[in-house]
Amino acid sequence: VTSYAATELRPDVVIVGGGPAGLTAAIELKRAGAGTVLVLEREPDAGGIPRHSDHLGYGLRDLRRVLSGPAYARRLAAAAMSAGAVVRTEAMVTSWTPAGAALVTTPQGRLEVTARAVVLATGARERPRAARLVPGDRPRGVYTTGQLQNLVHRGQDVGRRAVVVGAELVSWSAVLTLREAGCRTVLMTSALPTAESYAALSFGGRLLTRTELATSTRVVRVIGRHGVDGGGVEALEVEHTPSGRRRTVACDTIVFTGDWIPDHELARSAGLEIDRGTNGPAVDTVLRTSRPGVFAAGNLVHPVDTADVAALDGRHVAAGVLRWLDRPSAPAPALRLLVEPPLRWVSPNLLHAGDPPPARRRLLLWADELVRRPTVVVRQQDRTVARRRLPWPAAPGRVFRVPSSVLDDVDPTAGDVTIGLAGPE
Amino acid sequence: VNEPVFDVAVIGAGVVGAAIARELLGSELSVVILEARDDVGDGTSKANTAILHTGFDATPGTLESQLIRRGRELLAAYAGRTGIPVEPTGALMVAWTDAELDALPGLADKARGNGYDACVLVDADEVYRQVPALGPGAMGGLVVPDESIICTWTTTLALATDAVRRGADLRLAHRVDAIATGDGSTTLHTTGGAIRARWVVNAAGLGSDVIDRMYGFDRFTVTPRRGELLVFDKLARPLADRIVLPVPSALGKGVLVSPTIYGNIMLGPTAEDLDDRTATQTSPAGFAFLADKGKRLMPRLLEEEVTASYAGLRAAIDRSDYLIEVSPALGYVLVGGIRSTGLSSAMGIAEHVVDLLRGAGLRLTERHALPDPPRMPNIGEAFLRPYADAERIAADPEYGRIVCFCERATAGEIRDAFASDIAPRTLEGLRRRTRVMNGRCQGFYCGAAVGELMSAGLERTAAP
Repeated sequence: VTSYAATELRPDVVIVGGGPAGLTAAIELKRAGAGTVLVLEREPDAGGIPRHSDHLGYGLRDLRRVLSGPAYARRLAAAAMSAGAVVRTEAMVTSWTPAGAALVTTPQGRLEVTARAVVLATGARERPRAARLVPGDRPRGVYTTGQLQNLVHRGQDVGRRAVVVGAELVSWSAVLTLREAGCRTVLMTSALPTAESYAALSFGGRLLTRTELATSTRVVRVIGRHGVDGGGVEALEVEHTPSGRRRTVACDTIVFTGDWIPDHELARSAGLEIDRGTNGPAVDTVLRTSRPGVFAAGNLVHPVDTADVAALDGRHVAAGVLRWLDRPSAPAPALRLLVEPPLRWVSPNLLHAGDPPPARRRLLLWADELVRRPTVVVRQQDRTVARRRLPWPAAPGRVFRVPSSVLDDVDPTAGDVTIGLAGPE
Repeated sequence: VNEPVFDVAVIGAGVVGAAIARELLGSELSVVILEARDDVGDGTSKANTAILHTGFDATPGTLESQLIRRGRELLAAYAGRTGIPVEPTGALMVAWTDAELDALPGLADKARGNGYDACVLVDADEVYRQVPALGPGAMGGLVVPDESIICTWTTTLALATDAVRRGADLRLAHRVDAIATGDGSTTLHTTGGAIRARWVVNAAGLGSDVIDRMYGFDRFTVTPRRGELLVFDKLARPLADRIVLPVPSALGKGVLVSPTIYGNIMLGPTAEDLDDRTATQTSPAGFAFLADKGKRLMPRLLEEEVTASYAGLRAAIDRSDYLIEVSPALGYVLVGGIRSTGLSSAMGIAEHVVDLLRGAGLRLTERHALPDPPRMPNIGEAFLRPYADAERIAADPEYGRIVCFCERATAGEIRDAFASDIAPRTLEGLRRRTRVMNGRCQGFYCGAAVGELMSAGLERTAAP
């Protein structure tokens, strides 16, 4: 239900989401003379997830420097504005009109935005405890990394003893944030038999010595102080799955990390085709979605890679948007890129003959099991298109990157393409 | 402090206690409401299936049947006046076995016995036409066109707000621990001090048998029946545009799939009898049971994300009807055994209780110049909400400042909640008034901002 007394805006390009991907797309589009570019960001400040991540490690691949999350976010937002993009904050797209215009709520009123091209860059979030179906009490003090970092960034209190559920890249970021807030991580748990993350990360490695990491461990239930809503956390019960051995870990804070899901609500409500692997909109190597003139970039289409990779997606999508503005034409029907276990998804996931390669000439994939020395096998019907041994592992909890040249010999007439892994021979 | 002697003390600020207090205050009376918890509607009233029942499947001739019919009529009208969100979705009861199919005509007859004539028997094709997402195996159904969904949180809050505006003295965090009956008045010893009243109404829900025993009765026992619910993402909402009911069995009404007034889909409840009256945890067995049921009822629903899980306790008692009795000599009314139908029947119960009190000698002088019923903030998805209301945002930019993105709750609504007659004291209370943090991200984005607004709001309400 909506009332239609909205102010109409008609930019050339509207970008939904002012995180690294959206802001970088805006910068690139303005530099290339794309006309008017409007970025709609629903938070009070542009910059996306890095805004609250108060540690170093941002900007390496896109800006060629090492920044803290907040500094990186500020830099991108400032660059977008100085490039001439209009960045509106506290501006949330709430729905689409039947004609495809975005209906937007802002404190300055409702907007109806009709653009020649739309870029969705709405990012991804971590599955909260409820969506993971973790039973037990519902006390205060149970967070995702996103909420934790926001709380700490704002100087709110987060307890003294934490259990971090997950042991992937973002989980270590949570441990760092907790430490900064004076909260000790007494246990990290992972459902997998090995730690997912880069154990060799300089900061992570040091912390590893102080934090117990329980592998092959699942969460049984949350225990609240009074057994009622609103009390604090008292403990987390976990189970070592091979032995069935359970223990109760006293803590006052629980952080559920990783387990990403793209923020795909606007993509779905726009009727875009959704990739069953990523749960984000299906995209081709140009980052076109199933609807002509609608593009998608960043962690919405690969939940999740690092902020700099999302930003470089933004740079990549700008080229496709510029071509569309110059000559709007829908591509030929696509081949589908599919994966086999232990791979969960691949992005991009559609192929059009004659298109340029994907961003950074990389396919991004997600693996559910560790394969230390993987051989990537690309098949089309019964034909092996490519076998490529890679010197880096496919590991759960972070993106597995594969050179897109493995697709060079794909036959555009031979149907869907399947990517699988063979272990070491 | 010299406390006054109230004409009536109502124990319990759930939907039933709030409705009774409000109804009493249609007369020239002084009324105090004693609530053990720190908000109204924070016990069984907050976690039910939020259906405004027709009473089609009650047992004909019972008090429950009579009061659901009357209560539903009153509440439907009251919802219109106060803005409590109600959606007349209708319900479809689905038979999955021969025995269930055979039971449907009897249920249609039972509905007629309850004065409800609109039920229609339909075949399997019609079942799938109405709800295409149902799993395979449905054999037929019974359409109940007038079942509706309602906002249970707003209902209790509206009735309690109305009672307060009519002059009720609402005492939160006042748990009754002991009762002393005396000559002409009763003293209720509470965690917030002693309260005296000439009449006491026991609408204590899960605790109603405990209160009743304080008077020396041994009439009934409340068995907390835990019901766990899964709430699915709003993107699942197109799968069910009406309530899908199972055919009832001995253990209650079974697991249903229902749209919620907030635009989600709900699956549940389980039914598990417990001893512990505070056991509102969710359980692995409950989740597994619901997942299994859900996969058969509506397989596509289980492919969507779960937004929240709840466990509520229903106050089941060891008898088959409401237990509403007056003890004139003690100045005491028991309102017990009000199970899940209490939301629909509450205003009927209130009318009935006031009639009983009049019969028992309470002098009721009609009050003139009653305040208008409150106009409640709309948190129903099917109606215009502030974030989408261009005129409202133009008049007050705070309604255009979305704080909780998933539920589109605005800074203006949060501010209003703290400025309301019954301001929230906890985050849970704020969630029930605004929907803030109730959405798919569960605070990933807005948790910290809401925490700040919560602290600021509590400071404002604490200030004189």
